[in-house]
Amino acid sequence: MSKFQFPESIASRPVYGTLAPRPGKAHLMIADAEGAEALLDLAAQDAGLMAKAHILYIPKGTGETYVEKLRAAGPAQLYIGPSYAASVQRLRRVLSDAHMGLQVYLAGTEGLMGQAMNEAVSAGIPHSAIQTEHRGSTARRMQCVHCKGITEDVTTDPFVCSHCGLNLFVRDHYSRRLAAFQGVCIDAEDPGNVPPAKEIYS
Amino acid sequence: MSAAPQKARAGAEKIEVVVAAVVPVNELVTRFEFRRPDGAEFPPFSAGAHTVVEMHDDGRTRLNPYSLMSDPGDRSLYAISVRRDDEGRGGSLYMHRHVKPGDAMTITYPVNLFPLDLRARKHVFFAGGIGITPFMAMIAQLEQSNGNWELHYACRSAALGSYADELRGKYPNKAHIYYDDQEQVIPLDDLLSGQPLGTHIYVCGPKGMIGWVKARAAALGWPDEAVHSEEFLAPQPGAPFEVRLCKSDLVIQVGEHESLLEAIERAGVDAPFLCRGGACGQCETEVVELDGEIVHRDHWLDEAEHASGKKIMPCVSRFIGKTLVLDR
Amino acid sequence: MTIQFNNETFRDDYSFRNSPWAIKRFPFPFHEDSYMYSVNMEQHRGGPEGSVYEKRFDVDEHYLSEMRDRALVLADDPLRCQSLPHMTLAGWDTLELIMTCKAEDYPDLFELHRDGNRWRWINKPMGIDQSFTFLDPTTLPCGPLEYITRQTQGDFAVLDQRDEMLWMDAGMVTTQADWSLDFDIGMNFFEWHAPVPLAHEMGIFQRALKFLLNVQQGAPARRLNWTMTVNPLLDTSPENYHKWGVQKTTLTPENIGAKQHLRVELQTFFRLPRSNALLFPIRCYLIAFQDVVSVPKWGRRLHRVVRDLPEELATYKGFIANRPLMIKYLSRFDDGLPTSPGVWPDLETEPPLQK
Repeated sequence: MSKFQFPESIASRPVYGTLAPRPGKAHLMIADAEGAEALLDLAAQDAGLMAKAHILYIPKGTGETYVEKLRAAGPAQLYIGPSYAASVQRLRRVLSDAHMGLQVYLAGTEGLMGQAMNEAVSAGIPHSAIQTEHRGSTARRMQCVHCKGITEDVTTDPFVCSHCGLNLFVRDHYSRRLAAFQGVCIDAEDPGNVPPAKEIYS
Repeated sequence: MSAAPQKARAGAEKIEVVVAAVVPVNELVTRFEFRRPDGAEFPPFSAGAHTVVEMHDDGRTRLNPYSLMSDPGDRSLYAISVRRDDEGRGGSLYMHRHVKPGDAMTITYPVNLFPLDLRARKHVFFAGGIGITPFMAMIAQLEQSNGNWELHYACRSAALGSYADELRGKYPNKAHIYYDDQEQVIPLDDLLSGQPLGTHIYVCGPKGMIGWVKARAAALGWPDEAVHSEEFLAPQPGAPFEVRLCKSDLVIQVGEHESLLEAIERAGVDAPFLCRGGACGQCETEVVELDGEIVHRDHWLDEAEHASGKKIMPCVSRFIGKTLVLDR
Repeated sequence: MTIQFNNETFRDDYSFRNSPWAIKRFPFPFHEDSYMYSVNMEQHRGGPEGSVYEKRFDVDEHYLSEMRDRALVLADDPLRCQSLPHMTLAGWDTLELIMTCKAEDYPDLFELHRDGNRWRWINKPMGIDQSFTFLDPTTLPCGPLEYITRQTQGDFAVLDQRDEMLWMDAGMVTTQADWSLDFDIGMNFFEWHAPVPLAHEMGIFQRALKFLLNVQQGAPARRLNWTMTVNPLLDTSPENYHKWGVQKTTLTPENIGAKQHLRVELQTFFRLPRSNALLFPIRCYLIAFQDVVSVPKWGRRLHRVVRDLPEELATYKGFIANRPLMIKYLSRFDDGLPTSPGVWPDLETEPPLQK
């Protein structure tokens, strides 16, 4: 599957790279859905890496597509989780007794990478030392700036806040701390005048 | 806007002080304690800060940076420790030979180029020799706020280990001392491998030690943001050279024992500076014309900038060759 | 001088007014007849007597009313004041700086008595007399940053300095030009400025960052910024935009002089000594168009600036839709005469309106 090219944007919008092996005694890899492909590409670059790796993988809609391939790559530990929310306690446990020098690799959707990065940063790893590679869905995790509620997997602009019901437009302004883009009321100056929703990158 | 335009002055704001004590620490190192002539408090400072001490040495002005080593919680005094450098250009010799209790001196407000990262869960300090000084202030600050720290301090010998006994006496479980003459070596790889997430390391000492710690940390996967270092470069003597300052329309001579920045100042040209040790970037100057080789000695410009020959840090760097024209 | 504090509102009935004294000392931001971004930094070491630049933290006739408005905003949304855990020391730095400056600059209004770490702070206008232990948060009713900025006009961003970068890691933000502290906290200098058009391409932020990283202890700096607000609304937050945005559509040729306000930020920058963080106070001054044009020079100049401003900037500053109405109103106060350089009103030397 080819990688999506995000259009050039403002300075707060995350830019994703391509995972590359780095030196370190321990390697933590967190991916969802097609993000597994990025981990498999990473494994192919350095045969020794997986023996020191702990993978947390959330297949989302991909079901069993990548599970056996990941297992075959030979990670020291492999966890398959039903959802990010179900995995986060395990992630915190792993980070709680990790040591400096741990390498963190994130792959998959923006929502997954953003939330996992937030956990790693809270544990004491500088965000710029964490590698990311986007794969799969371009859906966004959006925060409503008005009610503060998060709406997951937003694919259209504008969209309706799943908490307060306001019509929000999708900004590229992004908060690492919230792991979310900012949604702002689109019809504040002309209530009721809401343009039809379009796919975000159309 | 131009409500009340004032020209920025070169260097940090100044403080008049009186030398309150001159305390020999060992054969090479002396501590100087300053108080304010009116008995007022000093401005608070953050651990890791330095001050630039102004010396009037037989007609020439020397401005040397020294780390503040006193307790930041004690606003009654500022203290520095100066290692005598018999081979250097004379600033440390001036301090050791001429500065006496009761002398009036001028120093600058504190400037911090080596701050603690206050996000750190744990601070690990690596000191070599006189590099202990900023850590004296950092330890005092962290003790005040119940911070989590440990120190690994390499000295040549017990006789030359400035403050080593004091530190080990006060903090037997946190201060670890290694004497070169007893072939004790900091177990760096072990220390770097066992630190919890959120640990930051700080290194201050000779160039070789800084390079060693940075290289091992990188090899063991430490992020750059968690590795902090400070090395003040004393400007090194070198062959005299000539420079043209095109904005001022002046040709100046830089002597063997003065820096390019000092020569510019001596010519009456106001040039910006802060640290005078190649670290802060304030004195960065554009090179207009170059026929020869710049001897770059700073930590500020990157390799590409050094290679380009388009910029120079006059506080520490020198020139060998035919023509150097600066935009100053 | 003794300041007469107004009793006024910045919401609902909008009873906010500037006295003739406040109009004359208003920090008019345009030093020439056009505007473009620039770093426009200068040292913050006083200014002409009575001007807003004179004191380190200006206190004016709106003090008590602004503090009441801040308390209302915070009661409604406590997320407007936040501090990441490593910024507590910077909060104490901020408290110390403001208390020291106010007690020195306004001895008739504020007193600070220190005995080691045992401090007593008296704020006469607000009726506060607080004894506490410096650096001990259990002795104040709230964190040090919140405590002192509930008593000081203007928003406050507290910037940590790490890795040759500034990070917005704490703040008190209730009088903002449409940005959210809750969203932006933790961002670096380029990230929180990301939505600003044009300035990135112009290199403005690179130059400004370089300058700010080198602001040193004892040598604060300042600059002005500006935007437009319909009604004297201090809290133009993104959080409440769905409530106040519609007010922008209420301008008419009849009410624009009273309703449309020029909003000026006096931004200052102080190196904080104990934490090495940078304090970035953003003080908001509002003035109705009808009061701006009471100064002939300012009336002429504001018309020319608004008329000639690049479209991107008028859009970003949120008044593109109202610009035609604004130009029509302001043109009545522009007779085409030249204006004197600089920001001052020059009431004695500039001619009255010639039409």
